[in-house]
Amino acid sequence: MPEDTRKTMSDLDVLDGIPDPVILLNSKRRVVRINRAALNFFDMAFQGRDLAFLIRHPNVLSAVDATLSGGGAQREDISIAQDVTRQFTVHVSPMRIERHTDGLGAMVAMHDVTAARNAEEMRADFVANVSHELRSPLSSLVGFIETLRGVASDDPAAQKRFLTIMESEAQRMTRLIGDLLSLSRVEADEHIPPEDYVRLSDLLGSVVDSLSVRAAKHRMGIDLEIQPNLPAVIGEQDELVMVFQNLVTNAISYGREGTRISVTAKTVDRIPNLGDPGVAVCVADIGEGIAPDQIPRLTERFYRVDKGRSRSMGGTGLGLAIVKHIVSRHRGRLAIESKLGVGSRFTVYLPHDGTGARSKPANAP
Amino acid sequence: MAADHIVRSFDEDLTRLDNMIVEMGGLAEMQLSQAIEALVRRDVNLAESVAAGDARIDALEREVDIFTVDVLARRQPMAADLRLVISALKAANDLERIGDLSRNICKRTMALARTPPMGSAMNTVARMSRLVQEMIRNVLDAYIKRDVDMANDVWARDQEVDQLHTSLFRELLTYMMEDPRNITACTHLLFIAKNVERMGDHVTNIAEYIRMMVLGEMHDEMRPKDDQSSMTVISSDAVDARKSTESP
Repeated sequence: MPEDTRKTMSDLDVLDGIPDPVILLNSKRRVVRINRAALNFFDMAFQGRDLAFLIRHPNVLSAVDATLSGGGAQREDISIAQDVTRQFTVHVSPMRIERHTDGLGAMVAMHDVTAARNAEEMRADFVANVSHELRSPLSSLVGFIETLRGVASDDPAAQKRFLTIMESEAQRMTRLIGDLLSLSRVEADEHIPPEDYVRLSDLLGSVVDSLSVRAAKHRMGIDLEIQPNLPAVIGEQDELVMVFQNLVTNAISYGREGTRISVTAKTVDRIPNLGDPGVAVCVADIGEGIAPDQIPRLTERFYRVDKGRSRSMGGTGLGLAIVKHIVSRHRGRLAIESKLGVGSRFTVYLPHDGTGARSKPANAP
Repeated sequence: MAADHIVRSFDEDLTRLDNMIVEMGGLAEMQLSQAIEALVRRDVNLAESVAAGDARIDALEREVDIFTVDVLARRQPMAADLRLVISALKAANDLERIGDLSRNICKRTMALARTPPMGSAMNTVARMSRLVQEMIRNVLDAYIKRDVDMANDVWARDQEVDQLHTSLFRELLTYMMEDPRNITACTHLLFIAKNVERMGDHVTNIAEYIRMMVLGEMHDEMRPKDDQSSMTVISSDAVDARKSTESP
């Protein structure tokens, strides 16, 4: 084997072994080669195209132009938004690309620093959120404590009443902290997609069962309809349970008494805005519906359409934010449709495993 | 061969046009992202530097103008090639407008820094912008990949932006009616919200060009327009009622 080819082949092995995306450019800023990590990241045809087709961030393009015109190595900290936003430190180094002798090329390496940045941001956010949302129930508790010590210290009937209210406020705060922690956890891992396979038929069945008693309290029933041979989805069991528990609980809380909630699961050829085939799970209720201008804000943290009602039903205001982040982690989509006075439909789209091979249980014939 | 040489040059011209659009797109994305960061953080210095950066997009647009006229004159492209060149020209124009709107947001950010902070409304503006940022990103990806389905998806999403704008409009009117000291800040935020909503419309235009470029046809239906702000009226009774039910 000629000297050059052998050398080039082992270079490529090394490149493929590097977990960061690496791109090799010729002097005209055209892509000569990318490593496996870059292929997975960009998921696009690249050969011979200008770097701008892969990375159009102006700071990276300027840095590369600077390197290609002799400015030496460059470094840029950037943010790239794909399914989720990731932070990268991009290193550009001048490099002579052997086979192409038309001058100096460059190597672009992208180092993923998302996790570190996220951790910092989340710590700050969590503290801010906790103080803001707990302030009100806590001041309420303090007020009752003062009253019990003072004015109501000899009034057992009042004490009994107040203690009940205090207990419910304390429980609300506990639920709130629980939800905030769940949200934190999901966000921390949001940029890392799950790798397991989940059979939705089993999962949805158990979620519906666990909530049937609660539904019955409102004289509501839940109808579950699953397409036969539904392919398994790529996902994490516990998180998906949280998603559907949240959606069905909302349907029970906001649907009209005496009506039935419908949960359906079927395959779709194309997930909207994503393009891949997937599974659509729809939770629909008959109730008062949601005004169109409020729909885009539903997944906002602590956003409530009706504050008083949400609190009285024990809501924390975080349920849909958690759903949104879990769905985002699963590289799926959440679609909300509603008509005032009629009802609402929440549809979760999830990519499936492609072949349906894992949809059958291990001991199936 | 002479004929090959001519064809290859033309392909290079078209590729160069694509590159310029993509670069402009990348610039517009970054401008918006930094403008919103400056707004949310009340960072006057960042706002100033982003506003100055708009000149780069303007310069690129002029380049595209000159280059497309040159290509049309020299190559006299037909059919699909002609549609590509025209789409690039139009897309450059919309991208330049998006850049301008970002610069406008920066100017208002500098004014807002001297008024009391309006937390909740600011969050909604940031949310609207994230939606539009995603739309810009998707439409640019669709442009690069010539993906009509993706372009259609973006086209439909503008409705959500309009809805958010209506909601925000209402919210801001209410704040202004509650307390006249909020008026300056809310007015600037109203303009900023309008700018973001206009950006959504420009992105939708680009989605339509992609469709035209690939299929040679326009959308059958009118784009769903859900911006109700021009018909929004808030009565002072509603404001008083809100005040009395607000929890501490």
